Parts: sequence; structure tokens; C-alpha cells
Amino acid sequence: MIAYIIRRILYAIPILIGVNLLTFALFFFVNSPNDMARLHLGVKRVTPQAIAEWKAEHGYDQPLFYNAAAAGAGKLTHTLFFQRSVKLFVFDFGRSDDGRDIGSDIRQRMWPSLAIQVPTLVLGLAVCISMALMTVFFRGTYLDATGVVLAVVMMSISQLFYVIGGQYLFSKVLRLVPISGYDTGLSAIKFVILPIAVGIVSGIGLGVRLNRTFFLEESGKDYVRTARAKGLSEIRVLFRHVLKNAMIPILTGVVVVIPTLFTGSLILESFFGIPGLGSYLIDAIRAQDFGIVHVMVFLGSVLYIVGLILTDISYTLVDPRVRLG
Amino acid sequence: MSVPHRFARRAIAAVVLAVILLGLLAAMHAARSEWNDPYPARQADRNILYAAFMERPKRLDPAQAYNENEYTFISEIYEPPFEYQYLLRPYTLVPLTARAMPVPVYLDRHGRRLPADAPARRIAYSVYTIHIRRGIMYQPAPCFARDASGHYLYQSLTRAQLGGIRTIAGFRHTGTRELVAADYVYEIKRLASPWVQSPLFSVLSHYIVGFRRFARTAARIRAALPKVDGRPPYVDLSRIPMAGVKVLGRYTYSITVHGKYPQFLYWMAMPFFAPMPPEADHFFSQPGMKSRDLTLNWYPVGTGPYMLTVNDPNRQMVLERNPNYHPDFYPRRGEPGDAQRGLLKDAGQRLPFIRRVVFSLEREQIPYWDKFLQGYYDESAISTESFNQVVQFSPGGEAELTRSMRAKGIRLVTGVAPSIYYYGFNMLDPVVGGYSQRARRLRRAISIAINIGQYISIFRNGRGLPAQGPLPPGIFGYEPGCAGRDPYIYDCIGGRLRRKPIAVARRLLAEAGYPDGRDARTGKPLLLYYDTYQTGPEAKANMDWMRKEFRKLDIQLVVRATDYNRFQQKMRHGEEQIFSWGWNADYPDPEDFLFLLYGPNSEVGGNGENSANYNNPRYNRLFNRMRNMENGPAREAIIRRMVSMAQRDAPWVWGFYPKEFRLYQAWLHNVKPNYMATNSLKYLRIDPALRARDRRAWNRPVIWPLWVVLALLALLVLPAVLVYRQKERRSPL
Repeated sequence: MIAYIIRRILYAIPILIGVNLLTFALFFFVNSPNDMARLHLGVKRVTPQAIAEWKAEHGYDQPLFYNAAAAGAGKLTHTLFFQRSVKLFVFDFGRSDDGRDIGSDIRQRMWPSLAIQVPTLVLGLAVCISMALMTVFFRGTYLDATGVVLAVVMMSISQLFYVIGGQYLFSKVLRLVPISGYDTGLSAIKFVILPIAVGIVSGIGLGVRLNRTFFLEESGKDYVRTARAKGLSEIRVLFRHVLKNAMIPILTGVVVVIPTLFTGSLILESFFGIPGLGSYLIDAIRAQDFGIVHVMVFLGSVLYIVGLILTDISYTLVDPRVRLG
Repeated sequence: MSVPHRFARRAIAAVVLAVILLGLLAAMHAARSEWNDPYPARQADRNILYAAFMERPKRLDPAQAYNENEYTFISEIYEPPFEYQYLLRPYTLVPLTARAMPVPVYLDRHGRRLPADAPARRIAYSVYTIHIRRGIMYQPAPCFARDASGHYLYQSLTRAQLGGIRTIAGFRHTGTRELVAADYVYEIKRLASPWVQSPLFSVLSHYIVGFRRFARTAARIRAALPKVDGRPPYVDLSRIPMAGVKVLGRYTYSITVHGKYPQFLYWMAMPFFAPMPPEADHFFSQPGMKSRDLTLNWYPVGTGPYMLTVNDPNRQMVLERNPNYHPDFYPRRGEPGDAQRGLLKDAGQRLPFIRRVVFSLEREQIPYWDKFLQGYYDESAISTESFNQVVQFSPGGEAELTRSMRAKGIRLVTGVAPSIYYYGFNMLDPVVGGYSQRARRLRRAISIAINIGQYISIFRNGRGLPAQGPLPPGIFGYEPGCAGRDPYIYDCIGGRLRRKPIAVARRLLAEAGYPDGRDARTGKPLLLYYDTYQTGPEAKANMDWMRKEFRKLDIQLVVRATDYNRFQQKMRHGEEQIFSWGWNADYPDPEDFLFLLYGPNSEVGGNGENSANYNNPRYNRLFNRMRNMENGPAREAIIRRMVSMAQRDAPWVWGFYPKEFRLYQAWLHNVKPNYMATNSLKYLRIDPALRARDRRAWNRPVIWPLWVVLALLALLVLPAVLVYRQKERRSPL
């Protein structure tokens, strides 16, 4: 397995270089360093000299990919792309365009993101599995039909609707929780209840439909028929046999998203005023802060690759037939 | 009992238990406080102001900050020598840390003193001597901390000593010292230091004697010093002389500017000219500080009424009363009517009134507005979406609050900001630009066709005043009513302004060579281009309206929407034809608006703020005369001529002066919009008891729907249990 993991990590390197290259190309296709300097320095009384100084101070005075003025390998190494990318591969995130240590900001802001994302994932999974099992248990009845229709309706609604509706109902009309904001420690609880609830509810439609499919697929297999033939109750069949075997595809879907929980949710964090990494990225895009955008895209790619590797490993844990080679 | 039966019973028991627990919890909380209170319960009746900010400040260094969202904070922390009197209009400068307003001494080019009324052309230099008050102390800060023997504790730190310190709170000791004149001089030298990148560098380099030379010398000295940890070292600016800025004594300094420049005092009322203790600059320049995000941009050090104690711009920023704040008092003089409005009740009282100000980040309008209605913000602007819920217009056209707002005791305060939004013509464009009679007629025709009054009504809920020229109300030279009208666009009928009929515009268009919107020579339809960076649904409505206005003249308008960067690039290269833009006053002087049409200040070629690239030599000459004059009849006459020229040439479609509507809770007192003063927090007073009472009344949690939801859930569970039982009892075939 170790050889497999090493191989996957080596495969990841060209992928990350490609992602890096694309990020550079796309970002600087839209924004030139001059534009970035102007946005940072403000719209009033900005002189060409100030722009040149800002670029020199932040390293944007170098060519992007090819430095014709440099000699030898310097043609490639004395470029913005090389200087910025090499540091990323050793996880030196550098500084944002307004001078902050990006690594420190990420360490600080991942906790609010996790405070929302982890409970949403765990509780959401529990709710979706329970409801999917219920629809399977009552399949063919009005409860099953109602559940499926509800799930389709719920998955058709934008998350933004749940956010605004939740804020309106629970914060404004019923006045049960603060409408937005965040605090540290235990005081954070009252701020995260609503975003977590919204995150769970907005994911129920898709989650129930997906899990129901997994359960139905399992419940039609021979071993389930055998279990029923032996006289096991439906509950026992579902919980002890169907659920256990359906966990393989469910687990696959869950493990792959675990690392990306760190990067937070753009909509939830923005509307609920959660100072996590989702809002960090949005702020950076708005401010055209290449330092942060670059790091966040890179980090997202790394976490996604880690997620995929973990998924592969988890296969071997839940299904002994699977061997990584 | 079978397993399924046990399961069902346990499930029901668990639901019942959960309901009981929830109910108990709800009852306990309901008895204690408001559930939706975003602040700690212990703060409920404290002397704290709650406000929001929608955009995080990027820079808190007074040499760099230049945006409104940055001034909200640093203007309360840093104190320039002068400030705007809070209540008086027109805006009046008064001493803040200075003992008195300085009277400039004029010198000729040989350094000989000239009389105060000397003509501007003879004045080579103006010398401002500022005496600051004694006994003003800085806020407690680690950069001033000393040990028992008087040595600085934190001015020669090693990396090991810095250890795990990541915030300013990590330094256990703080100290203070008295404000001295040298601190003001030091800050001016920072403005000139190229590595500080002050946005005022180019402006000041034209005025302060020796400014540019100082910049070159400082840069040379810095480059020659060995780097520390790969970074340029600290440069002690106090050792490098600047010819025009001198420390004359512990409490006195002077600034010499080229020529006569009365507006210089206004610049000196901005945080750019606040004092900077060299200890603070040195403290934050030490190795290891920047890598720990310990910078002047993050931790300001000032003498103002407040100090920044929490700087988390992703969530909250907190200003606390500076315990060392010098005696400062609420003004005793105001405008007529201020006393009736209760604005002089606190006259002579010691400032500031509020102990703590909590600013919370609100990225979205809806939560901000709802929290204001719940009493969790003490003031708020009015978004377009909420406008009709809040404001109604009386038959006389006066804006007033709706009944629901009045019932809450909320107050509406309005004012016209010293700003202007306009549509500009690129004067370098071969179709709409130029100074020929044809071009003027075309621009005037368009100016008549674009109904700004309608725009204000549709897109700004009436919050604006149609402009007649570049000068907004409150600025010297502005003439209200028919006296100040643009006679090419407006008629004065019965003392009221009325836009000329569209027939006049069509006639002008025909005279310009485009009868019925077609080029008389080629017969082709007239096609004009409007460049904008606005996109999205709201912008689409705006563009549709613009096209409609141009269709009145049968002109086809093509909207070229692009992103902000590309738009700016077009403007810099003069590739636009028609555009919209705006300007907020830096200071209340007509020069700050009339320079927007000054030829040498053109965006193309001059890299200035004259985006229309208007260049009328007569206007330019008058501007040069007017800019250095004191306010008075002579200056007013010149301004009238300049405005008249601009109206005749029509380089802009005069847009509107924005009218600001702000809402204040009943418990907030001494509110008067002052668009020049950014340090207004110290004048505000709140009634915390009233706020606590109103919040309790407005935010009682509504719990019964929870019970209904639980009952519904139970109702859902019951048939499920029944179906389950049926299923279990069903015997196999």
C-alpha cells in the first residue's frame, strides 16, 4: 500500500503544476499587475511611480513566465511563476498583497469553517441515512412516495433560498438565533446553529435520493433475500445487512469531501458572517489578491487529491476484497 | 417483545424526552435574555456603541490609508493638528492638538517677508508654524514601555525574545509619552519615504519644499544600509533633514510650501498629517515583527479618543476609550436650529461619551438591516430594497419615516454629501469631444435628453439633487436655485428649475448635424458608445434606461460593459466615448472639484483626475488664479465664470449630488452628519438603559412554532408506526 501511496503522490505533482499554471494564466489574463496595484493603492491620486513601487515591493515587477532579460536558467527561474510556485510546493504560503502571513491567516480561519462544516457533514449524513432507510423500509407506501417527492423538491431549491428563508424565519420572525455573526469558544454555538441547520436541510434532498438508491440496490441482492428467508425482521435486515454493505459507496462519497471541509462554504460563510476560509477566498477574489487566490486554489487541489487517496485507502478498510497495488 | 417493537418504543420515548428537554431549555433561556442577541449578555446595558462595516479596511497606517472604510477607524485613533468643527456649516477648521490655527507667513523668492495681502504671484513660499498643546499623551503601547532604569523594553528585540508572540497583546508591558512636534515632522517624512507608498506623495511633492529631494536622499540611504534578515533595515527619518519641514521647539514645528496654497490647511486636517512616534515606527520595523503580522498597518498608535483593542477585520473591530486622552470638549457653538434639535445639550462636556465601539463585519445587506431593526446596530444606512419600508414622501415632497419606524423611535437624518456623480464625454473623441459649436450642441442635446431627475427617482428613491455644475452644495461658490442653473439645460419657471423640452434637444441635435439622429452628410444613424464597468441585473435596468433616454433623440446607444480593470485602462488611454464617474470631496474647497476639469490634470497624458480630458485654456488660466485665492467676492466671481464656461462647453452631463439618508436609534444622541469630519464618534452619546429595554421588547423569542413543529413530527411518526406494525403483522403467503 505504501508503494501505491507514493505513486499517487508522485502523480499528484504534475497535476498540481498544471493547476498552478492554469491559476496563473487565468488570473493574469483578467488582472494585470498594474490593475492589482491600482486596486490596492486606491482610485484617487495614484501615480505611475506609486504603481511601479508597489509592484517592486510585492514582486510583481518580474515577467510572468519567461524572463528574456535574464541569463541561462534565470530565464525561467527569475519569473513570477517560478518564484511563487516553488515556495508553494514546500508549503511556504508567503504573504498576501496587503502584507499578511497567509499561512497564519489560514490556520486562524480554518476553525470557524470546520465549526460549520464538520457538524453539517456528520449530522447531515446521519439525517440523510436515517431518512433514506425510512423510505426504503416503507417503500411502495405513501410515506416512500411523499419522501421521494419531498427530496426532489428540496434538491431543486437553491441553497441561497434556505439561507435567506432560514434567516427570515428563525432569526427575524421567531427571534431564536442571531441572524449572523460569530464568536470564539462556546459562545460560537448560538451563531453556528442556524448555518449548520441550513447546511443540513439544504443537503437532505440530494443525500436522501442518493442513499436511497444505494440501499435499494443492496436490498435487491441475494444475501438480503436469504436473510429475509431465514425470518429476520425488516429492521434487522436493513440495519445489520443492507446498511453495512451500502456503507461502501456512502463512505467513498464522504471521505473524498473530508479534506475539503477546511476550505469552508462560500455561501454560508458570506451570509452568516462566518470568518472562515470560504469568505477568505471571496474577499481575496474581490480584492484581486493573487497571493491568497493562488494559495487557496493550490490548497484546494492538494486537499482534493488527499481526499481521493484517502478514499482509495478506505476501500481497503471496508472491503477486504479490494487490494491497492 | 420483538426487536422492531422495542425499537419503535425507544424511538418514541427518545422523541418525548427530547421535546421535554427542549421545552425546559427554551423556558430557561426565555427567562434570561434575548436568544438572537449577537453580543455577550453582560454587555446588554453597557455604554457601548454598535456599528457595522461592510468592507474590511486594508491599511491602518495613517500615511497610507485613504479610503472611507479605513478612516472610520484611524480618524478616531490618530489626531492631526486640526479638525472640522462638528456642528458649524460651512465646514470650519478648528485646532485639535494645535493651540491655534496658524496664520501663514508669505515670503518672496529671496526669503523676504511679504504682507498678508500680497498678490499670489509674488509669493514664493508660505510658512505655516504650528504650536501644539502640551501634555497630550499617547495611548498605552508596548513601543513606549521602559524598565525601571528608563531603558526601552521592546526596542531592541531579538527573535528569541519575540518567541511565540503573535499579537500586540503578547507584550506584557506598555508605556506612554507626551506628544511632541517632532512626531508630526516624522510623519511628514514618512509621507515622503518611497517605501511607505503614501497616496499623497505626488500631491505633496508639488507643494512641500524639499519633499522630493528628501525622498531621493532617504531612498539612497536605505539602499546603502545592509539588509537585516533579507529585508531593508529601519531608517531613522528624524536624522534626515527636509528643507521645508522643521522642528522649532518641543511643541512647535513649521512647514514651508511653494507659493500660496490656502488649501494646505485642509490636508493638514487629514490623518496623513497625524503624529507618528518614531518609537512606534522603529518598534514595528524590528526583525521578526512583519513575519508575525505585527505592523503599523495592524496596530495603530495614536493620541486620539479611542484605541484599537480588537483588530479582527474578518469579524469584529473594537475601539476602546483611550485612558490617556487629553481634555477635549463638546462644542458650544452650532448652527441656528442646533439647540432646538438638542445638539447643544452636551455643550462643554468632556469627550468622548462612549466607552467602547464595536464594529462588526456585515458582508450582506439583509442581516445588517434586520439587526438594525432588532436594535443590535445603533445606526444604519437605507438600502434601495428597504427604502419603501422605511421612508415615505409627504405631499410637500419631504422625506419622512413610515409609521412602523416612528413607532420604534427611529430617527431619519438626511444631508447632501459634498460629492458629485456625472456622465462624462471624452473630449478627445472625434464625435462627442472637441470644442466646436457642433460638438457643444451635440453634448447639450444629450444633456437635455438624459433626465437626471427621473434617474434619481427610479434608481435612488429620490436621494439626490440634480446637479447644475461641478460644485456641490456646501462648497464655496455653489449657487442654489435658479441663480446657479445651467442655462443651456434648465429653464427657470416660477422660481423653479425645469429641464428644457426634448424639442430643444432635437433642434440642437439637428444644428449639430444629426437631424432625427442621423448624420446629415452620410445619412447614417448616429451611434454612440457608453463605457461602463457595471454589470448584473441592477446595471441592466440602468443601461436600459440610458438607451431609452438616447432614443428620445433617435440616437442609438451601444453599451460597452467590461470589468473595472479594462474600464480604467480605456479611461487612461482615452478610448472611451461616454462614461459615468464620481468624486467625493477631500476637503471643502472649490479647488477640489474645479480641478476635475483642469486641462493639465487630464487623465490622458497627465495621469490626473480630469477623466473627460477637458482642456480649455481660459478655464485653466482662471483655475490657476482661483486656486490660491482666499474665499471672497473676487474668488466667487472667478468661480462663476469657470462654472459658466464648463456649462457652455458641457464636458459632463451634470449628474446629481447624492443625498444621504441615515437612520439612528432613539437612544443615540448628538447625531449630525458632517461629511468632512471623520472623527465624529467622540461626540455621540447613547442611553444604554433605553437600548436594553427596547431590545428586550423587540426580541422576545417566539417559541410556540417549535411546539407545533414537534407535534407535526409526532403526527408524522404515528402513521409510520402504524404502517410498520401492519407490515410486521402481515403474515407471509
